[in-house]
Amino acid sequence: MSEQTITPAAPAAAPAPAPKRSVALPGFLSGSTLLRHLVLAVLAGVLLFLLTQQLDPFRNFQLATVAAYLCATAGLTLLVGMNGQLSLGHGALMAVGAYTVALAQNAFADKGITGNQVLPLSLALGVLVTMAAGAVIGLAAARLRGPYLAGVTLAVAVAVPAATVTFDETFNSEQGLSVAVEPPPLSLGLYFPNERWQAWVALTGALLTMLLLANLVRSRVGRNLRAVRDDEVAARLAGIHVGRTQVLAFVVSAASAGLGGGLMALLAQSVSPGAFSLTLSLFLLMAVVIGGLGSLSGAVWGAVLLVALPDLTHDSAQLVSLSPAVAQRLEGNLPLAVFGLTLIVVMIAAPGGVQGLLRRIGARVRRRAPAR
Amino acid sequence: MKPPSGETHAAGHSLFLRGIGVRFGGLTALDDVSLEVAPGQVVGVIGPNGAGKTTLFNVVCGLVRPTSGMLELNGTRLSPAPHRLAGLGIARTLQGVGLFRGLTVLENVMAGATCTARAGFFSGLLGLPRSDRDERRLREQAMTLLERFDVAAYAGALPGTLPYAVGKRVALARALAARPRLLLLDEPAGGLGAQDIEELGALITTLPAEAGCSVMLVEHHMDLVMAVCDRIAVLDFGRLIATGTPQEVRDDPAVAEAYLGAEVDAATPSLSRQEASA
Repeated sequence: MSEQTITPAAPAAAPAPAPKRSVALPGFLSGSTLLRHLVLAVLAGVLLFLLTQQLDPFRNFQLATVAAYLCATAGLTLLVGMNGQLSLGHGALMAVGAYTVALAQNAFADKGITGNQVLPLSLALGVLVTMAAGAVIGLAAARLRGPYLAGVTLAVAVAVPAATVTFDETFNSEQGLSVAVEPPPLSLGLYFPNERWQAWVALTGALLTMLLLANLVRSRVGRNLRAVRDDEVAARLAGIHVGRTQVLAFVVSAASAGLGGGLMALLAQSVSPGAFSLTLSLFLLMAVVIGGLGSLSGAVWGAVLLVALPDLTHDSAQLVSLSPAVAQRLEGNLPLAVFGLTLIVVMIAAPGGVQGLLRRIGARVRRRAPAR
Repeated sequence: MKPPSGETHAAGHSLFLRGIGVRFGGLTALDDVSLEVAPGQVVGVIGPNGAGKTTLFNVVCGLVRPTSGMLELNGTRLSPAPHRLAGLGIARTLQGVGLFRGLTVLENVMAGATCTARAGFFSGLLGLPRSDRDERRLREQAMTLLERFDVAAYAGALPGTLPYAVGKRVALARALAARPRLLLLDEPAGGLGAQDIEELGALITTLPAEAGCSVMLVEHHMDLVMAVCDRIAVLDFGRLIATGTPQEVRDDPAVAEAYLGAEVDAATPSLSRQEASA
C-alpha cells in the first residue's frame, strides 16, 4: 500500500520506475563518468594500498594473483555477458600476453636495459600482441554463432599451448621460460618485500583495467555491445555495425586477458604451457558465471573465487585426515570438482551469480527502508 | 499518444522501387514490383499472407538483396546496408516488438538514436566529457520521446515486463529516435486493441507534417490502412496487382479476388466435387 502512495504517477501495472540512485553526489561528480570512476578507483587504490601494508607476503601474493585474474575475468565478462560471444579460449589469450611479456622482459634483460620503464613497456607489448591475436579470433568469431564460436575458441585454447611445444626454440617447450624480473625499486628500501611490490604492480594493472572497462560499459559503446547481444537485426536497423562491434568486443576483451596473462608471468617469474591449459579457460568462464555474468563487480567476485576456492579446498581437505594415497589423488582435481559444484549450486540458487544475489538483497533492503 | 513533433522541416524522403524482383532458389518472392513513396506520403502495402510484403521491406532495408531492379532514395541509387540505413534517415520497426530485452526502455530508445551520437570508442573508453555530453543529449531526447508516447513511467523497466501495447509504443519511439525521414512500419497494429489502433492511426497521419517523415507500412488491419494511407499497393504472390488511393483499391475487383478467393462460379467445381464425394 505504502509503495503505491509513493509513486502515484506510475500506472498500476508499471514496475516502480527505478529511481535514479543519486546519493547526493556533488554536481561535478554526477556529470562526469571519468571523474566518478576515478574517485572510485583512487578510493579502492588507497584501501588496497593500506591492505597490502597489513598482509603477510603469502597473502600479498594471493592478492596480486586475484588482481591478475581480475583483468582476465573483467574482459571475459564484457565479451560473454555483455556482448553474448562465448569464449572458451581466454586462457590461451592470457598465455599470449604472458609469453610476450616473458620474451620482452628477457630481451630487455639481455640488452642490459633496466629501469622503471621496462615493466610498463613489456606489459604494453603483451597487451598489444594479445589484441592482435584477439582481432584475428574476433574476425572469425563475428561470422560464427553459438556452438561454432565455442568450437573455434576451444581450438584456440588447445592450439596455443601446443604451439609453445612446436616452436620450442623460442618458447622452450613444456619447461617454459623463466622471466627476468627486476627486484622492487631501491627507493622503496633495501628490504622491501617483493610480494608487496608484486601486489602493487598487479593491482595497478587491475584498477586501470576496471577503470577503463567501467567507462566503456557506461558509454554508448557498452550499450551497443548489449544491443548486439540481444537482437542483431534490430541492432543493425538502429545503425549499429554488428560485425565491427563484435570484433571490438573481442579485441577489448583480449587486451584485458593479455594484461592479466602478462601480470601472471611477472608474478610467477616463469611461463609454461601447463599454466595456461584448457582448464584455465574453463575456470575463467566458470568464475565469471559464478560472479555474475555481464557485471564488472561480478568479475571481482569471480577473480577472488579463482584464488580462494582452490586454497579453501586444500585447507579443508587437510582438515579431514585422508590416507596419503587418496589425498594425492584428490590434489589438483578437488578444486575443479568444487568449482563445478559451486557453479551448479549458484545456477540453481542465484542465476544472476554472486553479484545478482547481492543486487537482489540490496533492492529488498532499499524497498523495506522507506516502508518503516 | 501525441505526435513526436520536432522542428517542422520538409516532408521526408522519397523512395522509388523500380522493378524489384527477389528469388529464393526456385521460389519467386517478388516479381517486378515498382512502387513510389513520395515525400510526406503514407504508403500502405497490403496483401494476403505470403504475398511478399515483408520481403519488400527487407529489400528496402538491405536484409534481402534483390535479384533484379533497383532502389532510389531522393533520386539517387540506394544500395542499402542495414547498419547504414539509420544514418541515411531510414528507420524501421519489426514485426512484434523486437526490443533489446537486456536494455531498459530508456536505453532501448537511446540505442535507436546511436547513429546521431558523435563520441567514438576512445571517448567512451576514457570517459571523456565528450562522451558524457553525447549520452546526456541522447538520454534527454529519449526521455522526451517516451513522454510524448505516454510511456515515460516505464523508462527504467525491462521490455519483458511491459504490457504488449506499451512495448509497441516503445519500439515506435526507438525507430523515431533516429529522426528518420522515412519510416518503415512492419505491422504496427499487430496485436493491439481498438483503442490503441485508433491512437496509432492518429499518430501515423501526423508524422509527415510533424516529424518530416514519409511512411511506408505493411499492415493487415484494413481499417487502419484505409484510414491513414495516401496510397496503397496490393501484393499477391509477389506481384503488384493494384496501386492507388484507398478508394480505388477498395473498388478494384482484382483486390477483392486476391483477398476473397476466385469468383463464385470459379469455386463451383470444388463444390461439385464435394457433392460427388458425398
